[in-house]
Amino acid sequence: MAESINLKLKIWRQRNTKDSGHFETYDMPGVSTHMSFLEMMDVLNDRLIRDGKDPVAFDHDCREGICGMCSMYINGRAHGPLKGTTTCQLHMRHFSDGETITIEPWRASAFPVIKDLVVNRSAFDKIIAAGGYISVNTGNAPDANSLPVEKVKADEAFDAAACIGCGACVATCKNASGMLFLSAKVSHLALLPQGEPERKERVMRMIDAHDEAGLGSCTNTGACEAECPKEISISHIARLNREYLRAGMSQE
Amino acid sequence: MASSPKLNSRIPEGSLENKWTHLKSTVRLVSPANKRRLDVIVVGTGLAGASAAASLAELGYNVKAFCFQDSPRRAHSIAAQGGINAAKNYQNDGDSTFRLFYDTVKGGDYRAREANVYRLAEVSANIIDQCVAQGVPFAREYGGLLDNRSFGGVQVSRTFYARGQTGQQLLLGAYSALERQVAKGAVKMYARHEMVELVVIDGKARGIIAKNLVTGELERHFGHAVLLCSGGYGNVFYLSTNAMGSNVTAAWKAHKKGAFFGNPCFTQIHPTCIPVSGDYQSKLTLMSESLRNDGRVWVPKAVGDKRKPEDISEEERDYYLERRYPAFGNLVPRDVASRAAKQACDEGRGVGPSGLAVYLDFRDAINRLGQNVISARYGNLFEMYEKITGEDPYKTPMRIYPAVHYTMGGLWVDYNLMTTVPGLYALGEANFSDHGANRLGASALMQGLADGYFVIPYTLGEYLADDIRTTAIPTTHPAFDEAEKAVHERTQKLMGINGKQTVEDLHKKLGRIIWDYCGMSRTEEGLKKALGMVLDLKKEFWTDVRIPGAVDEFNPELDKAGRVADFIELGELMIRDALMRNESCGGHFREESQTEDGEAKRDDENFAFVAAWEYTGDGAEPSLHKEELTFEVVHPTQRSYK
Repeated sequence: MAESINLKLKIWRQRNTKDSGHFETYDMPGVSTHMSFLEMMDVLNDRLIRDGKDPVAFDHDCREGICGMCSMYINGRAHGPLKGTTTCQLHMRHFSDGETITIEPWRASAFPVIKDLVVNRSAFDKIIAAGGYISVNTGNAPDANSLPVEKVKADEAFDAAACIGCGACVATCKNASGMLFLSAKVSHLALLPQGEPERKERVMRMIDAHDEAGLGSCTNTGACEAECPKEISISHIARLNREYLRAGMSQE
Repeated sequence: MASSPKLNSRIPEGSLENKWTHLKSTVRLVSPANKRRLDVIVVGTGLAGASAAASLAELGYNVKAFCFQDSPRRAHSIAAQGGINAAKNYQNDGDSTFRLFYDTVKGGDYRAREANVYRLAEVSANIIDQCVAQGVPFAREYGGLLDNRSFGGVQVSRTFYARGQTGQQLLLGAYSALERQVAKGAVKMYARHEMVELVVIDGKARGIIAKNLVTGELERHFGHAVLLCSGGYGNVFYLSTNAMGSNVTAAWKAHKKGAFFGNPCFTQIHPTCIPVSGDYQSKLTLMSESLRNDGRVWVPKAVGDKRKPEDISEEERDYYLERRYPAFGNLVPRDVASRAAKQACDEGRGVGPSGLAVYLDFRDAINRLGQNVISARYGNLFEMYEKITGEDPYKTPMRIYPAVHYTMGGLWVDYNLMTTVPGLYALGEANFSDHGANRLGASALMQGLADGYFVIPYTLGEYLADDIRTTAIPTTHPAFDEAEKAVHERTQKLMGINGKQTVEDLHKKLGRIIWDYCGMSRTEEGLKKALGMVLDLKKEFWTDVRIPGAVDEFNPELDKAGRVADFIELGELMIRDALMRNESCGGHFREESQTEDGEAKRDDENFAFVAAWEYTGDGAEPSLHKEELTFEVVHPTQRSYK
């Protein structure tokens, strides 16, 4: 494998939320294939700053695939071409010499662009605030082993809880639906006995918050599951639908 | 040695096991009607901040919470892998509050306060109860009960875990509790905001100046008390396992406004991280300590042996940890393992392109247990390694090297978690309190949540009980004017320099100095040299930094510049602290103070104290205040892992 490759980057530039935005193209010669994608962006920004130009704004923090801060739509795919991988864990060895890479922000009306590749994902916090919790004040908890939980269910709850809230599902969905995100939380809590008392209320309130945030409806195309960097299963959306139906039928 | 009169640790009377109970039953209370009239500011929303904000709001206080990330769910606690300790004794293997306390004090090389550590061990069990009730999906056994694993430096299984993502699951639990209070209106959340100044009125912390990172606007926020839960300062080294945004700014502003800084030179270098691969490297990735259960650490016996690992025969390999520490082998504590790796590389026996790496080899474990077993234990870590390096650890040994991971030092706090500024508290990694000179694995999560869920809800009342008649001070008060003006002037100064070096250039230079001279091994000569270098770097920064863009817009480079400026000043203090502490203890290794066979040698006669540094003005030498550490229950001995 080549130790370094030459690339062109076609990047979405947008000064602020009101700006209409446009693409700009940058030459990136001699990119080490050991670099991460974001380190390549660092190198670009370093050059832009030295040239007296405005660096490209992008969100990032932990750079180890867990905080969910990084985003980027790379060559038409959320977090780039590698399955089960966030942008920060994507390395340049997966690109070829001479390639043009197109980099865009998440595009969804519920996630307005703040600058360049940075978007506002506060809609997700609102969905959690609407019911993505178990109401237990500090100090009220019984002994942790007083309520056994079937291992299989606990493991499945973990699979759902592994969502990092990055928004790739919304960015990928043709309807800009946040159902995979929402269902992961509903599923996580519905699978545990601790979540039982608030089961009905939770799903109703969270769906209302989702719709109010301007996120779209789910039509089960499954694109979200394919692009989710944590490979959250679409079966959680099926469980969400059952929870919603159950809550609706049993309301007084 | 007597403690400095400026340091009152407020350790309650009574025997060790009764101190916390005694405080809880005698601490002053604030009635529900009065709590509604009291405002509390929480800076940072990691485990300590989110749990404190949620718990205080549940009690009825008005809370304002701030984080620089786009959501409180993203604080760097989320990246913790291994687990959280608690003295539950669910395994019936002889664990107890006392044993957890003892292991933590010993692991910290006898440089922590006994009373604080005992309280930590005491509340550890409540944390697990609370988290399970919130729906945290901890690992379970087939019978449905919670599973435990063991961790370095201890002989019981007391670590609770959620695969390799314990920090994530605990933080999401605390975050959900926080969001519940946001929905109720009890917490007002300010994401993409950074604290840039502390406001002190009549000697008490009364608010902060926060910067809205999206618009660049400065905002004034009043609080009857201010809680800093802003994490550690590992990024002073530039390369660390911390998140890119992790910074010392909130703590440093508080320090300059009167909060003493405790043991700044106590930093933890984690032995198993993926090595640096090039100049562009922006951060380092940790590989969990648990890998040392089955992986064997080695380097070639011969200096400069650059052959592939599979071509190096068994006789030509040096399994140096097994050789030097037969009793603990590959499972020696972090500080010991890190230093041994450095020594092997310093001898010219390091591996990989840079020569700054050692092998962590799973060949024997795979032969013994089969690839399936190893994959079940470490599959996700092997995948992460392969993603980053492009090498398959099932076939070729991992290359690892130590990296900065955690900072035991932090703002000095009393038993109630209050700093030397009345009304200003520090929780979690931001304070210095519980880990002494070396933290044990799976204890950071425990401390963050202990402080936030179970300590501050009690101890805050002791202070606020006197404040129930204080009405909110309008943010038009001159102290707010002055604080905002100082921030504004500093920003203008930064933007006006328009030099040649980027913020990254200068941050890398700082990291290099601190790593080379105040990293895994420190000498008087090196530290003196480094002090001069850092002072020069400070001048260089303030005359040659280049910041693009404008003040009144989303400008991450400007934010970073402010953080790096603070890191440079902190770096100076770390070096002074390391120079003053002429002994080796835990993660602080002074070459002048070692045993005949090269192990760390403590000097209890002269250094059994917490170093609390007082800021005395720009360019002036800080003053040192000592808090004597007395050990009434545990008797300090030389640690040995041979």
